[in-house]
Amino acid sequence: MKVRSDILRTYQGVHTWTGIIAGLVLFIGFYAGSLTMFKHEIQQWAAPIQAPKITSSNYDYQTLVDTAINERGEQLAKGFNLDLHTQDAPLSWYIKGNARGMELDKQLNFAHLNADGTLNVSAQTENELADLVDYLHRTAGFIGEIGHDQSGVYILGIACILYFLALVSGVIILLPTLVKTFFALRKEKGPSRFWLDSHNLIGIASLPFHLVIAFTVVVFAFHDFIYGGLAQFYDGKPLFQRPTPAAQSFHIENLPRVDEQVLAAKNYAPGYEPIHIRYSNLNSASPSAVFMMSNNNAVVRGPDTDYLFMNPYTLEVVNSSYPQGEDAVWGNMVASIFSLHFGTYGGDWGRWGYFIMGLLGAFLFYSGNLLWIDKRFKKDPNKRSTLFMARLTIGVCLGSMIAVAFTLVAAKWLPTIVSNTNYATLYSYYAAFFAFVIYSFLKPVQKATTAGFYMLASLCTLMVLSTLLKLASSDVNTLFYSSYMVDIVAAIFAAIFFKMAKRQHQKQATQTIMPAFEQASRV
Amino acid sequence: MTSSSKRQPTWLGKTLAGTFLGLALSFIFVAFFAWYGPGGIDARDKVQFNMWMITPVWLTIFSFSYLFNSAKQAWLVLGSLTVLLYGVFFMLRSAS
Repeated sequence: MKVRSDILRTYQGVHTWTGIIAGLVLFIGFYAGSLTMFKHEIQQWAAPIQAPKITSSNYDYQTLVDTAINERGEQLAKGFNLDLHTQDAPLSWYIKGNARGMELDKQLNFAHLNADGTLNVSAQTENELADLVDYLHRTAGFIGEIGHDQSGVYILGIACILYFLALVSGVIILLPTLVKTFFALRKEKGPSRFWLDSHNLIGIASLPFHLVIAFTVVVFAFHDFIYGGLAQFYDGKPLFQRPTPAAQSFHIENLPRVDEQVLAAKNYAPGYEPIHIRYSNLNSASPSAVFMMSNNNAVVRGPDTDYLFMNPYTLEVVNSSYPQGEDAVWGNMVASIFSLHFGTYGGDWGRWGYFIMGLLGAFLFYSGNLLWIDKRFKKDPNKRSTLFMARLTIGVCLGSMIAVAFTLVAAKWLPTIVSNTNYATLYSYYAAFFAFVIYSFLKPVQKATTAGFYMLASLCTLMVLSTLLKLASSDVNTLFYSSYMVDIVAAIFAAIFFKMAKRQHQKQATQTIMPAFEQASRV
Repeated sequence: MTSSSKRQPTWLGKTLAGTFLGLALSFIFVAFFAWYGPGGIDARDKVQFNMWMITPVWLTIFSFSYLFNSAKQAWLVLGSLTVLLYGVFFMLRSAS
């Protein structure tokens, strides 16, 4: 296909500059996003919840809830969680912090019934590892808050505007040669050609995924402003109907039986099973119960499950993420867009698919930066800005991955030292990240790259070793260890990173795409 | 007429046109869709769908605005389309 040459040049400029500006934060957003697909598994791997085992089928939730309301009515009225699926303590409520928001010292009371029917309550600091992974994904690690959102969310929102432009411009500059070279991975023409071919192949092959991710992130970041703009076109009509609070206040003592609520939730749509209920504001005129609903035969629209919002006293369904009825088409379309971002429409296969696509996305940005560096280096080997970008790319990309691996190893061992691991977890990420960024600016680029891959390989190996060591030293039967998938994946990544490190080490300067800056400056 | 290959790439003007006029256009497209599209203005949950559509429409216009021959042309075409559509929309709204 023919594209006019000045248009092509404009798009080349757009592609280069959008990519260079946004690439590094997007790299973090993408590989951390891959990890969020399995954030609960990762947290369970690092800090398994230790609580008495019960079986959900014969558990008497009603007696538990009644006893707890009797003894701790005031606390529970503010809100509590009831897990209908768990093997662990099913009832919990916050005594510090609440379900929303990122705080590192949230405390929960966990409750279950002793064999004699008395209530057993134990306070635990909530482990936020899964949330921290999610936080890294949504903010790329930028700290600080603007309004009610983290500043990193807006930074990623802007980065994703550039990313969308980079995607379209990337496709347009490929158009003239697309048909000829799409499946070509030309190794013989030198490393830069091979990297370019891989960059293009991955970019084109996963284009729909990338377009969806790009525009959904922009909406996630800026939806408040967009609603504000949209309201100008609504002739003063309110965009949302707020549910009117009931005339009288409710009281937790009159809470209907759990099985009545569960039945009401099930009756809303066939096939959906409640697995978790989150109550809030029970002593007020606007009480709410959020049901996490699971259906293995349907597309899921939330990050984990579908949601149903109910007034637990009147059993009236207020809202849901899977609206039913003839006028439900818009709500369902919106829900599908969410699921396209969260990768929750294809069960476990979908999660693995998104895990891999996220990593390939990260590769897209990494390779894009290397190609830019390579091209500029060939034009002028002594340009300072090229060297700076090379260092920053290695420092940020490898550094953030090293930091995560380091943090995971730390998170595995920290519970044996401190009771609240969240602060140490957070600090260890930033410490490792900045340490490697500084290292990459002090050492020659090639050396820092090689060392970075070796560090990654050893940290991934340490993850597996930590598991083995912990299993060997604990008295729990190893047959019940359930997080082996995390260890297997860590082992695979250890092997991959080791191979990359060796490759980098052996073929320095001749085969790798990263230019040998230090050799050039000596000439 | 100069040959196309000699024309300098003009990305700044086009970027500004894509940012501002593209955004204005995406809002008005969705505004038409909200009032006169399927379901009308009061359909349940449609406001969320409308909000979601603004960004992809904007980014599509934005990313293709570099196809214009010049920044001036981009501003002229997108600008007159914006004025026209906003005029028609607010006339229709005040008429009803």
